[in-house]
Amino acid sequence: MKLELLGVSKSFGERVALADATLDETGFRTLAVIGPSGGGKTTLLRLLAGLDVPDSGKIVINGEELPKDEERLHLYRKSIGTVFQAYNLFPHLTALENILLPLTKVQRLAEAAARETAFSLLERFGLLPQAGSRPAELSGGEQQRVAIVRAIAIRPRFLLFDEPTSALDPEMTAEVLELIEELRSEGRDLIIVTHNIGFAGKVADRCIFMAQNRLVETGSLPDIFREPGTPLLSAFLRKVLKY
Amino acid sequence: MPYKGAKPVTPFEIAFSWGIVLFLLAAVFTFAFSNIEYGWHWNAIAGYRDKFLKGWVMTLALSGASLVMSLLIGFGTALARRSAILPLRYAAALYVEIMRGTPLLVQIMLFFYVIADAFGVENRYLVGTLILSLFSGAYVSEMIRSGIESISSSQLDSCRAVGLSRIQTYRHVIVPQMMRQILPPLSGQFASIIKDSSLLSVIAVNEFTLSAQEINSYTYSTLESYIPLALGYLILTLPISLFSRSLERRFRYET
Ligand SMILES: Nc1ncnc2c1ncn2[C@@H]1O[C@H](COP(=O)(O)OP(=O)(O)OP(=O)(O)O)[C@@H](O)[C@H]1O
Ligand SMILES: [Mg+2]
Repeated sequence: MKLELLGVSKSFGERVALADATLDETGFRTLAVIGPSGGGKTTLLRLLAGLDVPDSGKIVINGEELPKDEERLHLYRKSIGTVFQAYNLFPHLTALENILLPLTKVQRLAEAAARETAFSLLERFGLLPQAGSRPAELSGGEQQRVAIVRAIAIRPRFLLFDEPTSALDPEMTAEVLELIEELRSEGRDLIIVTHNIGFAGKVADRCIFMAQNRLVETGSLPDIFREPGTPLLSAFLRKVLKY
Repeated sequence: MPYKGAKPVTPFEIAFSWGIVLFLLAAVFTFAFSNIEYGWHWNAIAGYRDKFLKGWVMTLALSGASLVMSLLIGFGTALARRSAILPLRYAAALYVEIMRGTPLLVQIMLFFYVIADAFGVENRYLVGTLILSLFSGAYVSEMIRSGIESISSSQLDSCRAVGLSRIQTYRHVIVPQMMRQILPPLSGQFASIIKDSSLLSVIAVNEFTLSAQEINSYTYSTLESYIPLALGYLILTLPISLFSRSLERRFRYET
């Protein structure tokens, strides 16, 4: 996968959320985005997901520049998978229906084909017993796994995750991370924002460190962990590795 | 709601308590009626049974039609209030405030004698249904609006992320959840429409209340005309109100 950022900035009113981000990463499979809270990670991910549009600069993914008009952004979003921190699922639909909705209404698959896809994925990830349950009846970990299944069911070009486990307890975190690892070993392209440094080290081949609404450092893992090039990163690592 | 740790109420206690309440109610009415020394003439109105029934059915039909129409008007208004087109938004806001801020009686008079007259609409049943729908639609639109606004922004993000269009988002995500949320207040609104429809008697719509008024003027049996009227409304509103309560309870437990 190839990700290029050219002077990408985003503000919310007076508040700068991402300032002048420039990056050229080629040939990675999994890109981890780490950094302290408020550093701009979610802002960047939402731009990559086509949910927000940068105020200036451009984003090029796999050689294709992200559009800025809503109509073409909508087409772009249909072709990728995005999983947020929590509350991904529609609460009035069962796990199965949550997976079917984008398949039948957005991707326009026939009902039978969509069901086949949904059931085979649910089975593969051990979620078949939960197929008929609404999100409120599922554990947080199950909800996230269903959300991931929903995202991969449409055969996305790549997947974006925004701290998919930060709302979960350790046991559930493990089951979700295992699933993401499995996706990686299937050779899918992933960009993942995470607080979990250990996990980032395990799955990611490249890593971006963001702080104070800037891209501070990029590098391969575990290089940048071993030899942080900036005081910001070494301070961050010291803090997170302490616990 | 019983407070936490309260003993569950036994069926006997429920029956006994209701017994007390109904007994006291009966006592008050018996005392009041015995005091006015009213000479009852129930057989005077017996011949008007059909007229009562016709009026009652008309009230039910008018109210049902108004409920459906107020749902459509309410949904349109709620959408207009969220529209990016400013004049549309202001018009919707003005409509809601005017309808909620003025008495229904005034609206009926104005609408029937001025607006409907000017546009040459003469069918009073049509006009009656229309006014009732417009009146109730203002309240329904507020229910719908809060129903739409209760959908979290993270859900709307999910809709965009999976690629649902705006219309699909309404159709598959917002409306189904909103309907569940507004069903309890909406059924309460239906009970209100039924009672409010009695005001249509002032423009001679032959509904339940007007039937009772006419029967009263034929027979000079006021109480014999109005007691069935009260009971006739209760037969409609009481089940609706109980239904609305039970929906409220069910949805509260489910979420
Ligand atoms: N929709 C918004 N409106 C206003 N300010 C925003 C908005 N989104 C983000 N911000 C601001 O932009 C900055 C970066 O936020 P962002 O959510 O990208 O950080 P983050 O790195 O994802 O943090 P966390 O680790 O806590 O999720 C913060 O100061 C935040 O307050
Ligand atoms: Mg974030």
